[in-house]
Amino acid sequence: MDRNTPPPPEPRKRLTVLDLFLFGLVIAGVAYAAYRVNDVLVYNWNWQRVFDFVLRWDEDDGRWVTNLLLQGLFTTLRLAVWATIFAAIIGLIMGYWRTCDGLVFRIISRAYVELIRNIPPVVFIFIFYFFISSQVFPALGFDRIDQDSPWVDNTLFWILFGDPRLFTNFLAGMVCLAIFEGAYITEIVRAGIQSIGKGQWEAGRAIGLSRTNLLRDIIFPQAVRKILPPLAGQFITLIKDSAIVSLISIQELTFLATEVAATTTKVFETWIVVGGMYFMLCYSLAVTFGHLENRAARSRR
Amino acid sequence: MTKPLVEIQGLCKWYGDFSALFDINLSVAEGERVVICGPSGSGKSTLIRCVNQLETHQRGSITVDGHEVRPEMKGIEEIRRSVGMVFQSFNLFPHMTVVDNLTIGPIRNLGMSKSLAREIAMKYLQRVRIAEQADKYPSQLSGGQQQRVAIARALCMKPRVMLFDEPTSALDPEMIAGVLDVMVELAEEGMTMIVVTHEMGFARKVADRVVFMDEGEVVEVDTPDVFFGAPKTERAQLFLSQLLGH
Repeated sequence: MDRNTPPPPEPRKRLTVLDLFLFGLVIAGVAYAAYRVNDVLVYNWNWQRVFDFVLRWDEDDGRWVTNLLLQGLFTTLRLAVWATIFAAIIGLIMGYWRTCDGLVFRIISRAYVELIRNIPPVVFIFIFYFFISSQVFPALGFDRIDQDSPWVDNTLFWILFGDPRLFTNFLAGMVCLAIFEGAYITEIVRAGIQSIGKGQWEAGRAIGLSRTNLLRDIIFPQAVRKILPPLAGQFITLIKDSAIVSLISIQELTFLATEVAATTTKVFETWIVVGGMYFMLCYSLAVTFGHLENRAARSRR
Repeated sequence: MTKPLVEIQGLCKWYGDFSALFDINLSVAEGERVVICGPSGSGKSTLIRCVNQLETHQRGSITVDGHEVRPEMKGIEEIRRSVGMVFQSFNLFPHMTVVDNLTIGPIRNLGMSKSLAREIAMKYLQRVRIAEQADKYPSQLSGGQQQRVAIARALCMKPRVMLFDEPTSALDPEMIAGVLDVMVELAEEGMTMIVVTHEMGFARKVADRVVFMDEGEVVEVDTPDVFFGAPKTERAQLFLSQLLGH
């Protein structure tokens, strides 16, 4: 044998009896559920009724227009993007405070994180809505933004925030989600900062960098690279979590879906369609982020 | 006698209840090369890390170039700029190119322009014989090259004194010589150096004095000839016989 002999082939992976058995179980389970719904429940399926609420044919204009469910999906996406931006800002500040030497900073940030993480999201949202948004927003005048303001009546505003008449509603949901998710991003940021070894701090100090410069030039740039992947994951989590703000009547996908389900009485179809929409959105984002991460990892080499 | 550049008097440090350093007295004159050796855990690294206050001391005083350094003091950055430090694990900034590692200090601390900082950085990279790697990232260099970059980075701040904390301990054997050569050159140019190392050949060649530490105390201070030839204390004899035994 010489060095040029090719290596022995890798053993092929094949299906075992156990695999086939498990497959069979899954298929049987699905079939049974379908049988129950079809024959025992005697449910009258009508997908078209629900699809009409995704896209609707406008007789007057003679074109397809988005209907409630698709509009809800867009609102959910807008909510998620804005809430992530603000949650990231909150998380960056609070996450840094978590690692600070100052006692007050650490107490504030720790209290924030623990408070949010140890209250059920639904409870937090009600507290937020009744005590904060319904008091603070009118005081700041946000509830009048839809009236007599020329700057809200343009396409850009629609793309960024949706219907101006629902802006206060949107803002309440967005701020609520941002505060809620900010606590989780705080922990991501803290972990990112703490993952930077002591040696980096010491090397920065040893050449006489001030604390501000040390953070800005040495610690944060390295931390951000470690934070981005979990932050992308948190963005997807936020999309799913955004469903709970439907409880305070924020007009996003889940809220509108309850309305559609009630109007059409097509409960199964509505929730299956909505589930599919969330899945497509979140899964395609997950695939995209995974792809970007791989590319970033390769380019770093 | 000239005024000492680094003066340590009655220095004590505890980690909790553990006494890490006890009553250390040491003064280093300008241009002097001091090698600190001793068994691991003897407090060598802790001692030199106190000089630029990466570790804080609880008792005694440390003076660098006439300024006393104290824990929590304002303006410690000012003093750190005049004290270069080289670490065992290099601690280069991995997200910056080699030359950026060198220029960040002068640009941020001294307000130097980018082009001037780069010019000076290239000069030092040439001195440590690594100029052709200037635009690579630290992870693309060997350990020995990284440590030479770390030395150049410290030199860029034009320090009055250089601290070396076991600079060759994390290196593969074939990389050690290159780093030691750079350090010997630096010594020949008259740089004040405090070096924690196990490289006895280096100590013999370069050191003006050898400080032997054990269990947080200075046990013996000698010229290299005396220390390696006829150490006075039993502990130093034991240490040397273990080190040179194989």
